[in-house]
Amino acid sequence: MTRAYPLAFLSLLTYGLSIPATADTVYVTLEKDNALAVMDGTSGKLVKTIKIGKRPRGIALGKDAKQLYVAASDSNTIQVIDTASLKIVGKLPSDEDPETFALNPAGSTMYVSNEDDNRVTVIDIAQQKAIKQIPVGVEPEGIAVSLDGRWVVSTSETTNMAHWIDSRSLEIVDNTLVDPRPRYATFTADSQQLWVSSEIAGSVTVIDANTRQTVKSITFKIPGVTQEKIQPVGIKIDPQRHYAYVALGPANRVAVVDAKSLEVVDYWLVGQRVWNLEFSPDLKRLYTTNGISNDVSIVDLENRKVLKSVAVGQNPWGVAVKP
Amino acid sequence: MNPLIYKLASPLVLVLTLGNLAQAAAPKKAVPPHNEPTKSVAPATEKLTIAYLAQQRENLLPQAYFLPTAADAGLQGARLAITDDNTTGAFTRQQFELKEVLLGADGDPGAAFKQLRADGYRHILVDLPTDSVTALSALPEAADALLYNVSDSADDLRGPRCAANLLHLIPSRAMRADALAQYFAKKRWKMLFLAIGTTSKDTLYAAAIKRAVPRFGLKITEEKSWNHRFDERRTPESEVPVFSQGEEYDVMVVADEDGAFGDLLSYRTWSPRPVAGTQGLVATAWHPTLEQWGAIQLQNRFREQSKRWMTEIDYAAWLAIRAIGEAASRTKSLDFSKIKEYLLNDGFALAGFKGVPLSFRRWDGQLRQPMLLAGERSLVAVAPIDGFLHPKNELDTLGYDQPETQCKTTR
Repeated sequence: MTRAYPLAFLSLLTYGLSIPATADTVYVTLEKDNALAVMDGTSGKLVKTIKIGKRPRGIALGKDAKQLYVAASDSNTIQVIDTASLKIVGKLPSDEDPETFALNPAGSTMYVSNEDDNRVTVIDIAQQKAIKQIPVGVEPEGIAVSLDGRWVVSTSETTNMAHWIDSRSLEIVDNTLVDPRPRYATFTADSQQLWVSSEIAGSVTVIDANTRQTVKSITFKIPGVTQEKIQPVGIKIDPQRHYAYVALGPANRVAVVDAKSLEVVDYWLVGQRVWNLEFSPDLKRLYTTNGISNDVSIVDLENRKVLKSVAVGQNPWGVAVKP
Repeated sequence: MNPLIYKLASPLVLVLTLGNLAQAAAPKKAVPPHNEPTKSVAPATEKLTIAYLAQQRENLLPQAYFLPTAADAGLQGARLAITDDNTTGAFTRQQFELKEVLLGADGDPGAAFKQLRADGYRHILVDLPTDSVTALSALPEAADALLYNVSDSADDLRGPRCAANLLHLIPSRAMRADALAQYFAKKRWKMLFLAIGTTSKDTLYAAAIKRAVPRFGLKITEEKSWNHRFDERRTPESEVPVFSQGEEYDVMVVADEDGAFGDLLSYRTWSPRPVAGTQGLVATAWHPTLEQWGAIQLQNRFREQSKRWMTEIDYAAWLAIRAIGEAASRTKSLDFSKIKEYLLNDGFALAGFKGVPLSFRRWDGQLRQPMLLAGERSLVAVAPIDGFLHPKNELDTLGYDQPETQCKTTR
């Protein structure tokens, strides 16, 4: 907290007075508004809402944060948005019903889940061209790329598996059974573990990336909340692997997990049906999209406190944050 | 995995051999083996055959000309689940195959069933009338098979006429009635007018409503039979107001499973009252209006395959074969006993696009599941309705709970 001041001062010097200290811009897809909300992360003020494609869900920034990618599911495309002008400047051939996607560490290749076709589409971003379609299990949804660039993992909701795709050969080389209805997958920053949330089982499966064996299935218990309401979706793990944060859907909470001991240490009450999460670039805040209360909760990670909820529009789904 | 399995070529031999093995090794309570990686580099693919046994439905009333007919209700759901299971099976080296046996109205389900058993089929979906299901489940040939009821809602089949080898994927009438009653209680529609048709199925539906009424603090203030004679059919605009006049009530509940007259009641009652039951607001396992919880994906996949909407019988058949597939991938086995044990294990959790895990009630073989309360074009509510609590599983507020079951068979 006290360290924030010199940092702020530095950045003021570097970037000029118009940019606030540790400023970040939060982009939120609004599934029902066919729009993108742009929020200032420091002040928690909604800056702008722009119309984009139909039923926007998955969202991610390009490598240099100049471009924002949004899966417009019902428009059957990934839209490319210029972050400076907020104009749609292109689209990528994602094939039908793209929901979620992931980029390789270089930001040159995109992997898209095509839920209705049981495929993962691999797109060369520069060429704007689909270079391969990989058959996976029934209803692929979660997709993750390891930072070491070795793995692409796709999780299929009805098959209940994590499919391990070799990023070089683009072939599935292994499959790990996970708990029912996997939704979201992410690697730890050291690429050693894969975490997969299972909505129906109410659990998070932690898998060793080297053996593809399950290390632990983390379950959640909240006093006064029935087990059926605990439906984990989004997961964020800090780069030091101190803590992982898990969005618990209709339980309206974010679970805090000690990312080493894999024990749940806390639950934070946020908005209704919390689905996806993102850190601020300085890792001091966590943003959560709350689909039913139509807002974004801002959590102060240092003081472990939910600071505020910001109304953003109908059915906020995905979130990306630009420094 | 048992290396023995891969050496056997014929599925018939495989099924019989595994059956013998299973009998030799007395099954202990299975702990579901979770989450071990499945190598793609596995030995040869195993195959499991599943049968769908159906009989042409008799005495169906002609539907309104604009309503789609689904002569293949159930079968299309089974076919889609086989495709889904095989997509998964490509990664687990398990293959699933469906045998369709469709009998005419005068066909003999008993003979067809015995033939399926003789051919080695042990997982048999039954889309048959109550009496046939009862008879088949009691056959000596059914002793080491599993029957999956996908279309019959009779409470008796889950009660006095239950069987250890019989699982029910389709909800019972009691589950439907409890779902509606919970909604009425929430809306404080406490007084019911019960309009009952003339068939024995209508009587059973009405009995389920009568069972639900005191459970949720409701009251039937009026009960009448609709005879559906010539005048009633021809001039509902004058017959329905007269029929519905009399005692006060909040909602008209109609028991008309064949759809003879239920649709005539809405907008014609003497007092303006909503209609629910078999028409109007219905309690169903599946409905075209369901899109939450990823259901839209199943709806889309089904429509693409079948060129029509998914019915609840399709959904029940899909669930049956998905349940078998799920048990096979979790146990890494096509062994009949292992699959059966897994299905009935407390840890079994089937994803059915309704937001909660589905599982079988050990006391009567019924799949516990949320019920959709749907109008023609709108999903009105999903039961269990918020606030109806249960010490173990809120889904058990729908239908016969363990303490009240009349099923005496242990599973």
